[in-house]
Amino acid sequence: MRARPLSPHMSIYRMTRYSLLTSFANRVTGIVLSVGLLVMIYWLTALARGSRAYARAQELLGSGAAKLLYGAIIAAFAYHLIAGLRHLVWDTGRGLEKAQSQRSAWAVIVAALIVAVACGFWAFRAREGT
Amino acid sequence: MSLQTPLGRVRGLGAAGNGVHHWWVQRLTAVALVPLGVWLLVSLVALPALDFVTLVSWIAGTWTATLLSLFILTASWHSRLGIQVVIEDYVHDEGLKTVSLVVSGFVHAVLAALGVFAVLRIAFGSPL
Repeated sequence: MRARPLSPHMSIYRMTRYSLLTSFANRVTGIVLSVGLLVMIYWLTALARGSRAYARAQELLGSGAAKLLYGAIIAAFAYHLIAGLRHLVWDTGRGLEKAQSQRSAWAVIVAALIVAVACGFWAFRAREGT
Repeated sequence: MSLQTPLGRVRGLGAAGNGVHHWWVQRLTAVALVPLGVWLLVSLVALPALDFVTLVSWIAGTWTATLLSLFILTASWHSRLGIQVVIEDYVHDEGLKTVSLVVSGFVHAVLAALGVFAVLRIAFGSPL
């Protein structure tokens, strides 16, 4: 079969268009959240197997690398949630003009940063004693 | 009366109305995940501690067990659809693409089942 043009054309996209950057970031954060789902199921399964099993799982779940991953998951969650809301607004046919989408791209980035920092701060700060 | 064969009439019209199904379920799960996700995040952050006893008694609550199960099912489904699009976009080899899609589907099904089972086991059995 003749080679046909395939989408997405990563090499010809102009990433300086923020709406494109936000769309790509939505996909990347979605993949991070899929990893987060995997971690969450591991955590729940460990809990369901009792306190001994949970203590063993804690070695992995409480490690420094895991904490780094939790930070990434929280940031990805904040971004994917807000960018997803923007997609749902788009689905109704609103906000699709170029200027509007450029503006909402900035709004998504700023709002996601605020939510991520607030949640991260809350999550890690509140747990300092435990 | 048309002399066109039934096959000729439907050719080029696309699949029989299922074209938007993926899109629609993706959106439906997305809408459901907004309240479920916010609930989960707020609940986890609001927990006084993250030790075994606190977590187990939290999950065993009626509302928590119900909403957590719904979250796991919805998130697994949404994740499956999302990963499917990523595979379809970036894996160009037909054989590898099909295998990846099947494996991803199976892994998501196992994750969803494991998650819901874990929640129910905690809710009904209070593990030690």
